[in-house]
Amino acid sequence: MSLEARIVVRRGALEVDVELSVADGEVLAVLGPNGAGKSTILRVLAGLLTPDGGRVVVDGDQVWHDDDVALPPHRRPIGMVFQDHLLFPHLSVTENVAFGPRSRGVPRVAARAAATAWLDRVGLAGLGDRRPGQLSGGQAQRAALARALVGEPRVLLLDEPLSALDARTRLSVRAELHRHLTDYAGSAVLVTHDPVDAMALATRVVVVEDGRVVQAGTPAEVARRPRTDYVARLVGLVLLAGSGAGTTVALDGGGAVAVAAEVSGPVFVAVRPESVSLHLSRPDGSPRNVWPLRLVTATPHGSVVRCDLAGEMALTADVTATSFAELGLAPGAEVWASVQASEVAVYPR
Amino acid sequence: MPAPLLVPAVLAVAFLVLPLVGLVVRAPWSAIGPQLTRDGVGEALRLSLLSATLATLVSLVLGVPLAWVLARSALRGRSVLRALVTVPLVLPPVVGGVALFLVLGRQGIVGRWLFEATGFSLPFTTAAVVVAETFVAMPFLVISVEGALRAADARFEDAAATLGADRWTTFRRVTLPLVAPGIAAGAVLCWARALGEFGATITFAGNFPGTTQTMPLAVYLALQRDPEAAIVLSLVLLAVSLATLLLLRGRWLGRAVHA
Repeated sequence: MSLEARIVVRRGALEVDVELSVADGEVLAVLGPNGAGKSTILRVLAGLLTPDGGRVVVDGDQVWHDDDVALPPHRRPIGMVFQDHLLFPHLSVTENVAFGPRSRGVPRVAARAAATAWLDRVGLAGLGDRRPGQLSGGQAQRAALARALVGEPRVLLLDEPLSALDARTRLSVRAELHRHLTDYAGSAVLVTHDPVDAMALATRVVVVEDGRVVQAGTPAEVARRPRTDYVARLVGLVLLAGSGAGTTVALDGGGAVAVAAEVSGPVFVAVRPESVSLHLSRPDGSPRNVWPLRLVTATPHGSVVRCDLAGEMALTADVTATSFAELGLAPGAEVWASVQASEVAVYPR
Repeated sequence: MPAPLLVPAVLAVAFLVLPLVGLVVRAPWSAIGPQLTRDGVGEALRLSLLSATLATLVSLVLGVPLAWVLARSALRGRSVLRALVTVPLVLPPVVGGVALFLVLGRQGIVGRWLFEATGFSLPFTTAAVVVAETFVAMPFLVISVEGALRAADARFEDAAATLGADRWTTFRRVTLPLVAPGIAAGAVLCWARALGEFGATITFAGNFPGTTQTMPLAVYLALQRDPEAAIVLSLVLLAVSLATLLLLRGRWLGRAVHA
């Protein structure tokens, strides 16, 4: 176990209390909405914020423990990448990357050589003499990654490393970051509010809401079986809670959903919006799940129209623009929504 | 523009600018050369430049760390400390001079001990001029640098800490370069204030040509004996002030604001 922490922080309305453990070579994504306490967790790990309780242990060495051990940030074996790179504007790119080794006592020539080698590794060979202001956003974030990794830290902390980049740059920097994280031998913690970053870069995900871990698992598990509305929305699912009996789930908010497998007890039902079809009259034939609902809003979403529905349950349907036009729906219209029982995912709460 | 605002504004401009215009108009331009090379004048100018520069250096060495403490430390009672530090900004300089005399004079709380130990008495020396000017001018530097520190992004210091830099290294290699324009602006303000210092200097250091008679003191004395010399000396100080203002606006203040 390379990084192990319990972090308790109370700051006004926000109360954070989480446990994390990250093995060597593992990338843990901390996924959550703004204000959930993700950055607080990272700042405590880095030593930039003193928690109200808990512990931080790196490779079995106490880094912070209640009040007996409190290593200041500059003595922790960490590297950190910030959202807006925070390259020192008065230093050249090479000097920025050499800053860490220099601070830790590496002679100037050796520090510059290490910096140059790392700039080469992140694809910035030849740009070392520039000032950070002369780099593009993607280049600056690569330089920031080199600056964090050049000291071979045992723990790498990444605070929303891609969210300041434009969409196209984000794609290429994400791919590159993935490559470096795969090569990285220590433990990495990635804080993000973008599920794509978490799914693409992490080996494990914890979802933090209101300062608590609400779900943990591999990216695939979290994407397939969300446990909160927030995660469900992020991965594009509608989440319904109910209790199962046989092949029927009675929803907590009223209504029932037929499922393919026998279930019992409290369960979650996850519905993919593209598996929901809409009809003007009650459809004949096989679907066991048919509900009369009302269209609340309809918003174009790429090639589909996302229809938010209300009634005995809240549901979302993605229908093609063509069928939406054929249905001739306006907000407030009464529709029938149907889903195949086999298209519904069901798992214990 | 409404007249109740416009008329007083015009009067205010006239009030501020006319005396300076008068100074320039009445200046005996042909006599400037001989006046400036007269005995005593060069001496006073040299002493003024030297003491103001030394006072600025002392203010930098002591004031920048103080500004850091006020802006960055978690010290309790920081606001009280800031209020104490800025008292010399509003205190009549003569009062400052009296206070310095009571503490550092031969009979003063610290000065007596110093005199007994070394036989050295501070008042009425060039060092006393520097001390008086530092007392009055350092708060300008402290306030200016503290403002620059507060405006600078403290997260750069976080980044430096995660890279293994302790707080002293971070201060030297990150904070100081980031707020350098603010420090330069503060130093210029401080220097200009020290150059014009009159009240605390004459009270604490006296008015001895060659050792403590700075330009402002020379101007005041000359006005009674030789008004023409007073005008010339005043012109020199006005020129220095305008040059300072231009320097601040054109180079340092502009950059300090945008940094």
